[in-house]
Amino acid sequence: MQRRLPVFAALALALAAVAPTAAAQTFAITNAHLVTAGPVGEVENGTVIVRDGRIAAAGSVIAVPAGMRTIDARGATVTPGLIAVNTALGLIEVSSVSGSADNRTHNTGISASFDVQYGLNPASTLIPIARLGGVTHAVVMPDYDDSDQERELPFAGKAALISLGEDANILHRPGVGMMLELGEDGAARIGGSRAAEFVQLRQIFDLARQPVRDEYPFELSQADVAALRPVLAGTMPLIVVVHRAADIRQVLKLARDYKLKIILSGAEEAWRVAGEIAAAKVPVLINPTSNIPSNFDMLGASLQNASILKAAGVEIAIGGNDAGHRVREMRYNAGLAVSRGLPYAAGIEALTLAPARIFGVADQMGSIAPGKAADIVIWDGDPLEPLTQPTAIFIAGKEQPLTSRATELGKRYTR
Amino acid sequence: MTKHHLHNLRQASRLRRLRAALLGSGLALLASGCAATASTTAPHANATAPSPVPTATPAAIAFPSTYRPKAAADTAIVGASILTGTGARIDNGTVLMAAGKIVSVGTDVAVPAGARIIDGSGKWVTPGIIDSHSHLGVFAAPGVEGHADGNENIDPYTAHVWAEHSLWPQDPVFTKARAGGVTSLLILPGSANLFGGRGVSVKNVPAVTVQQMKFPDAPYTLKMACGENPKGRYGSRGRAPATRMGEVAGFRRAWIDAAEYGRKVDAYEKKRARGEGGEAPKRDLGLETLAGVLKGDILVQNHCYRADEMAVMLDVGHEFGYKTRAFHHAVEAYKIADLLVADDVCVATWATRWGFKMEAYDAIEENAAILSKAGVCVAIHSDEQRLIQRLNVESAVAIAAGRRAGIDIPQEEAIKWITLNPAKIMGIADKTGSLEPGKMADVVLWSKNPFSVYAIAEKVFIDGALVLDTSDPATRYRSDFEIGQPVGEE
Repeated sequence: MQRRLPVFAALALALAAVAPTAAAQTFAITNAHLVTAGPVGEVENGTVIVRDGRIAAAGSVIAVPAGMRTIDARGATVTPGLIAVNTALGLIEVSSVSGSADNRTHNTGISASFDVQYGLNPASTLIPIARLGGVTHAVVMPDYDDSDQERELPFAGKAALISLGEDANILHRPGVGMMLELGEDGAARIGGSRAAEFVQLRQIFDLARQPVRDEYPFELSQADVAALRPVLAGTMPLIVVVHRAADIRQVLKLARDYKLKIILSGAEEAWRVAGEIAAAKVPVLINPTSNIPSNFDMLGASLQNASILKAAGVEIAIGGNDAGHRVREMRYNAGLAVSRGLPYAAGIEALTLAPARIFGVADQMGSIAPGKAADIVIWDGDPLEPLTQPTAIFIAGKEQPLTSRATELGKRYTR
Repeated sequence: MTKHHLHNLRQASRLRRLRAALLGSGLALLASGCAATASTTAPHANATAPSPVPTATPAAIAFPSTYRPKAAADTAIVGASILTGTGARIDNGTVLMAAGKIVSVGTDVAVPAGARIIDGSGKWVTPGIIDSHSHLGVFAAPGVEGHADGNENIDPYTAHVWAEHSLWPQDPVFTKARAGGVTSLLILPGSANLFGGRGVSVKNVPAVTVQQMKFPDAPYTLKMACGENPKGRYGSRGRAPATRMGEVAGFRRAWIDAAEYGRKVDAYEKKRARGEGGEAPKRDLGLETLAGVLKGDILVQNHCYRADEMAVMLDVGHEFGYKTRAFHHAVEAYKIADLLVADDVCVATWATRWGFKMEAYDAIEENAAILSKAGVCVAIHSDEQRLIQRLNVESAVAIAAGRRAGIDIPQEEAIKWITLNPAKIMGIADKTGSLEPGKMADVVLWSKNPFSVYAIAEKVFIDGALVLDTSDPATRYRSDFEIGQPVGEE
């Protein structure tokens, strides 16, 4: 890690040197097919006014102030920036190179207290590549280090929200959720059975409600217990990775018993308990293409999951095909859900406003609406289609380069 | 609880788990011991049976295909946009299938009386999708240990194993692939070994035995692997190959042995042809496969990521006189398009996957478009269970990336990435992969342009038989594994 520090520092300096002034972040986009995910919905021939990096106005009959820099979208589709969930962006570089991964720890004193905000690398090549998929923000989540199979490890730690803008500081908000994996893999880390797992979780939650102790069982440190307190207070959502319908029911009950605010993730069999999830007002992070019965946790995995959940009134956010390198595919995944019955507007929302709402930042991002940051993407077609590419990307009003290490490599070999 | 007490508790619990683990492995040893006993008794049991003559030239083809096309009505799809797989696009065209074959394709096709007519207006027709790199059935779902049958990873030289002897036809993902329009696949062994074994080409039909799926008269293929996987697997266990140079040395040594074996067999065959006696050399299944490659009967499918490694492997081929049919994954192929054109080697790759290991760090979405433009035969492959259901979408990503880089590959050309070119890689392009008269009627009717994310394979024909029809629930096949399980739609 240490060897890389000078590189970071140099990059940070370089970025600071070219940072544009706020004036550059005041402009108008006209003649746009607006898909706002906001109150004005979808607007043909729409206009967006951006002032100092914020959206001042968006809609159909909006006058552009005289002298304001104007981008003529020529009828192109304009959407809010996409917000990715279930990522490790900024925490990983090459999956098989463990030294390049900061999304997990084998430190036995750090589990719930693990905090991804300290491991972020703004120079990661994954960030521009995801950004070229129209992704402007991402929820970065911790994972488990299972190298020590003796370890009792229910919680993976705290997630954060990052910006994918060219910036030395990509952290947008730390502590946006606490990760907990249940199901077959989760149970394996707490004794190999769901029947043990839920008993231990209840014990841990009970302990965390009591006054601080010198020592805790279950390999929990004081820091871990302290990290769980906002979860028990209902101020930090518990992000629960779970697959089987029966497990989802148990999680909903656990959440009721302890008054937890939860977010389901994975949830391949959620469609079988869609009504119960909707009634509990619990949102779900899904990959609609996850339809393989990969283990006995998800024999019911189905391409219909997204559309059934939405029809039942469940809030869904749609993610990409892995935690890092394939985050950019999230928009195709929404398209595939639409091909299986998810309404188009819900597909767009599942990439934008829904994740913003789920992670408590809908007042700042997730739609093209006055007062929000100007996180805006102009596309040369339907953003859910793979044949479509972004032609301009703005994060907080700042135009982002349409290049990545991959496009640079391509350019070198197509000259 | 004191720290000491906690420590003891933890120790106790670890000991308990250790004991459980030991017990588990003891049971495993016992089980494998039983298997060993059984196999040592086998020769005795066979002693009374007539012992087969060990000959280097197998008299009959082993494990012959028993695939028989389903009965198929003569069918015409009319009024559709057709991507033929030969580089043509025909609007408002007709595809006529009869007796399981393509009869004619065009705008001026007379539909015989009695043929079933399917209205294709507003829809698209392509050849059946072909995946030239799949592990369905050998790494079947659910992905439990009991289903891990794709890598004989106890030795880097396993040219003697055949993927078809691992293939479980009840893998539920075959059905899901069919819903993505996949009509034929090459099932390969994994990439842990330098020589992973023989692959098998199959028709994507519901079956109980692998023989019922086996693509009739498809040539055999040999899976080879360079790079991180073999050296990672064996180097970490203190044995060769531990490096890329160790891998190449291993390949060369094996080809030397194969050439010698081939010479022995040839010498015996010549003697026999002259009517001279002599004992047939004892068959060696691994060398038989490698010798088959040297003769040109068996097609080399080489898993290889980096440009420099592919260039070295081409020279290994030159040294020993074999040809590589395709480099698989080949994410850096765009750096050596000229070498691949010169040697007429195909590339089977992805558009989106990158960065999962060092040798995949330079993968770019433009790979297929750059290679296509240079004249390389390119296939978009899956290598995975979800991607195989949407090779059309993956191809669209590759088209878009090409456009972004100023390379416009037309759709009628790009469709070859998932039809004719994989057929060529598998050595079956004379039988399927394009809509040409006389070829197998492997056909997909799409609800929309197949490069749209919204396109659904509404009707899938294999040898003219309608094996999937989204409007007919009766064609929705469930594998035995799924019967009685709480499975969902699609």
